[in-house]
Amino acid sequence: MKNKEVLFGLYDDEEVLLTAVKNARTAHLDIMDVYSPFPVHGLDPILGLSESRIHQAGFVFGLIGTLTAFLFMTWVFTRDWPIIFGGKPYWSVPAFIPIIFELTVLFASIGMVVTYYAVNGQGPGVSNPVLDDRITDDKFCVAFDVTDTAVDRVDVYQQFFRETGASEVKTKTI
Amino acid sequence: MSAVVSPIREPLITGHKDYHQITEDICAPSERTPSVAWVVAFLVAVSLLSFGIFCILWTIWFGIGTWNLNRTIGWGWDITNFVWWIGIGHAGTLISAILLLFRQKWRTGVNRAAEAMTIFAVLCAALFPGIHVGRIWVVFYFFPYPNTRGPLWVNFNSPLLWDLFAISTYFTVSLLFWYTGLVPDFATLRDRASGMRKKFYNYLSFGWTGAAKHWQRFESLSLVLAGLATPLVLSVHTIVSFDFATSVIPGWHTTIFPPYFVAGAIFSGFAMVLTLMVITRKILKLEDYITIEHIDSMNKVILLTGTIVGVAYLTELFIAWYSGYIYEQFAFLNRVQGIYWWAYIGMMSCNVLSPQIFWSSKMRRNITVTFLMSIFVNIGMWFERFVIIPTTLARDYLPSSWSYYSPTWVEIGIFLGTLGIFFTLYLIFTRVAPVVAIAEVKAILKSAGDQYTGEAMKKSHAAHDSHLEHGH
Repeated sequence: MKNKEVLFGLYDDEEVLLTAVKNARTAHLDIMDVYSPFPVHGLDPILGLSESRIHQAGFVFGLIGTLTAFLFMTWVFTRDWPIIFGGKPYWSVPAFIPIIFELTVLFASIGMVVTYYAVNGQGPGVSNPVLDDRITDDKFCVAFDVTDTAVDRVDVYQQFFRETGASEVKTKTI
Repeated sequence: MSAVVSPIREPLITGHKDYHQITEDICAPSERTPSVAWVVAFLVAVSLLSFGIFCILWTIWFGIGTWNLNRTIGWGWDITNFVWWIGIGHAGTLISAILLLFRQKWRTGVNRAAEAMTIFAVLCAALFPGIHVGRIWVVFYFFPYPNTRGPLWVNFNSPLLWDLFAISTYFTVSLLFWYTGLVPDFATLRDRASGMRKKFYNYLSFGWTGAAKHWQRFESLSLVLAGLATPLVLSVHTIVSFDFATSVIPGWHTTIFPPYFVAGAIFSGFAMVLTLMVITRKILKLEDYITIEHIDSMNKVILLTGTIVGVAYLTELFIAWYSGYIYEQFAFLNRVQGIYWWAYIGMMSCNVLSPQIFWSSKMRRNITVTFLMSIFVNIGMWFERFVIIPTTLARDYLPSSWSYYSPTWVEIGIFLGTLGIFFTLYLIFTRVAPVVAIAEVKAILKSAGDQYTGEAMKKSHAAHDSHLEHGH
């Protein structure tokens, strides 16, 4: 895979970052990504990120859990090996509720967490390129992909960082 | 400043921190060599753990006969300890999930350690059902797996099986929730480390970069997991209470058990969180992040849940009398005046009477009082489970089978061993992971830091007002 040339600016405060990203969007600059040490509220709409659909995935996984538990217990107690417990009907649905609930939660949680790491491209032992070590500390970063970008375009980005108050501007090949 | 905060809110982060200082302060404990206090505590914990393992092996080798259980009293210290540990776990989920849904900012100071406590406590709890069945080598019979005996399935209508599902789900979900929150903080440690340490944290941080889209998913995932964990935590102790409430033993088959058990679980869990936090904040020098304000809030929860538990005890007594059912009446008279009267006194005084001092805000904000109270509550809640279990069993329907029970050294050893497991894991946790959620604390800095809120805000308001007056 071809290496990417990244031009990025570091900001000291999330308020400055928000204004910078707003300006970049107005000027139609194509931001590659924004990195921050904690979730910056109000960034997503400015950056044009659509809402995460991870909760919809969670609903589907939960539903699979519900059905798995309910159908399995139904099959065991009505088809595979019906046993009378305490004179109750074979198919005693109210007694199934606790396990149905637990499996719903279990499936939804495991499913969502696995989905989350898969779509993020993360997992045990995965190394993703880190632009600057201080991004997980106290710096807020806006990055542009400048692979094969014309010099005058790069100047526009440099100009943007100067105008929006970036404390440092750097390039890195990742 | 974007966040709107009431100026009467006490700051939750003191010491005029900036983002970098927060990173420094919270990472520091895992980056310096362990203190003498830590090493001594670790050695004590590991010794207890080793003795516990010895006692467990003793039990497995010689059988359950090494315990003092008998034909009348089938559940003793084992299930008492099981319920005690699982109850302790509940506070972590309450703090991390329910307080997240309620947008309580003070959770960020304590949620990480409280969740760790949950996971370790549930591990200790899960040990007891495993060994008390006697033949641990066939303990996989608990699970519904396709077997060659038919297949003969487990009884899905049994509360004991519900409990297995509840506890394994609870453990898994707590672990996932906790670790997902840890990943960004492991990335912070990774980016500060070098050499082997960097490799280690690189592995643990799963390749976290802090990209905007990842944070968005992170928040979405946390919110949904909190939404799932909230009913889950309520279900777990409800189902534990079903182990008793669905039986036909007087004193056990009461409809009040589920809410009473859940309140008791949160009560004992907060006590254990306070025990740990009071020591942790001191030794790891995290007083600026786990402030008196946090301790005050947790003591309020102790007061509330302790009082709920007290009302439940009195309700039980009243209903026993009001039911007109002599077996029920006898069961409760036996608790108060019977052979284990001292356990009942311990329970009542530690759980109901002593927390009442927290009506005074001076007491809630006193570290020594808080620490002593947290120990009292831990003891009191252990007695509560002891009162419910062996006391009730010791006096059943037939006076000819009445019996008495006291533990052997093996049973005591296993209990001490679980304390060893718990503290060993907790001590390792304080060395390896950030004890306070770094990213979450940074996110509330501008609405809860002491340079932005509280006194500072009042002053800036005052300055603003006087400025306006001058203008006119």
